[in-house]
Amino acid sequence: MKLVDEYRDPAVARYLLEQIRELCDGPLNIMEICGGHTHSIVRSGMEQVLPPTIKFVHGPGCPVCVTPTAKIDQAIALARRPRTIIATYGDMMRVPGSSSSLLQEKAKGAHVKIVYSSLDAVRLAVENPDSEVVFFAVGFETTIPANGLSVIRAKQLGLTNYSMLSNHVLVPPVIRAVLDDPAVRIDAFLGPGHVSTIVGSQDYEFIPAEYHRPVVISGFEPNDILESLFMILKQRREGRCEVEVQYSRAVTKYGNPRALDVVKDVFSPVEQEWRGIGAIAESGLSLREELRAFDAYHKFHDWMPLQRPEEPSECVCGEITRGVKEPRDCASFGTGCTPERPLGACMVSTEGTCAAYYRYQLVTVQTGGVRD
Amino acid sequence: MMCLAVPGEVLDIDGSIAMVDMAGVKRRVCIDLLAEVHPGDYVLVHVGFALQIIDEQEAQETLKLLRACFQEDLHAAVGSQQEGD
Ligand code: SF4
Repeated sequence: MKLVDEYRDPAVARYLLEQIRELCDGPLNIMEICGGHTHSIVRSGMEQVLPPTIKFVHGPGCPVCVTPTAKIDQAIALARRPRTIIATYGDMMRVPGSSSSLLQEKAKGAHVKIVYSSLDAVRLAVENPDSEVVFFAVGFETTIPANGLSVIRAKQLGLTNYSMLSNHVLVPPVIRAVLDDPAVRIDAFLGPGHVSTIVGSQDYEFIPAEYHRPVVISGFEPNDILESLFMILKQRREGRCEVEVQYSRAVTKYGNPRALDVVKDVFSPVEQEWRGIGAIAESGLSLREELRAFDAYHKFHDWMPLQRPEEPSECVCGEITRGVKEPRDCASFGTGCTPERPLGACMVSTEGTCAAYYRYQLVTVQTGGVRD
Repeated sequence: MMCLAVPGEVLDIDGSIAMVDMAGVKRRVCIDLLAEVHPGDYVLVHVGFALQIIDEQEAQETLKLLRACFQEDLHAAVGSQQEGD
């Protein structure tokens, strides 16, 4: 496929690997922020062919993985409400709440529908005027504009049966939280490619400026990631520390202004709870006050569970998301916890670290080649 | 995958909706998040929305640069008798 295959050429991968080996002169811990990168790194098996001193620390950038149990419980409570349809992205179905999941609720007869796009949720509201449609919307900056547009559309259509239960999270505040954590050791960042198409590379300038770590915003194909590694090493060799863009075919300095306008018009920053990490000030977005009529949390406040659920104690997702543990540090990995029966959220989405390891860890990789 | 965006080619446009060819699969994609888009453009598609136009020229430039370095090094390393490698 055009604009994909070019970035999987094994000969170029070998070339980049050689360059990396040449430049690599000591331990380097690189956090890939985005779960899409985690998936690509684990799937390609590139860690086995990189110099052993280069280590990827898997970051918090999987929106499904960081959605707190309490939020899943809220969605489940609404799924149990009569004449209510929950619309959500497919990945959210299996995420365990404190005692059930949306998939289990659906099996018991709740109206839970998987949508591909937020506008499909709006359409459900149009087609089902006698039901309430709640769009359970999660996402990082990549997805937030698309989710936000559904509220604008619902308002234009004069819908009163559409609302959003939102769990929208932002990259910069959680990166600050990770960097402020003394347990985490990170020398450089692989910046999130698709988030950056929206926010632009300028959103990460605080990382070199305040924390003195280089950032290279990367595409998702194996060769994109290898080239980004090479760029990080080159910065180090040349004594530079800045934000660079490897994914220049899609990322500009200021991102997508129109999408950012939608975000500003629809949402405002709030304190946000991150699964396994805790609450971080201004790290989430919820609907602006004047759009409260579309905010499911307020609209159905009486239905919201009062108790704060406990996170399952055996799951170390939180530490994995913060980059201080790996899936093999979890006793349940692959035994008590599998993608079919996940205990924690990192095992659900294909961008989750545990799910990626579960799927690809068993495949051996031939030295010198990177699987695509 | 939640954060995945896939490139596709815009075939035609009808108001807010573009028909986009993604590796042979045609999908209806909302283009309201873009200021301007034309048939023939490559866009990144995420949850049914076009997020950004892919700068094809930029893509080809970087690929060319990478290939040029690679070829140079290859020739330096194996000499010129390695035809067709
Ligand atoms: S393997 Fe399962 S229980 Fe263990 S950390 Fe990962 S998601 Fe949590």
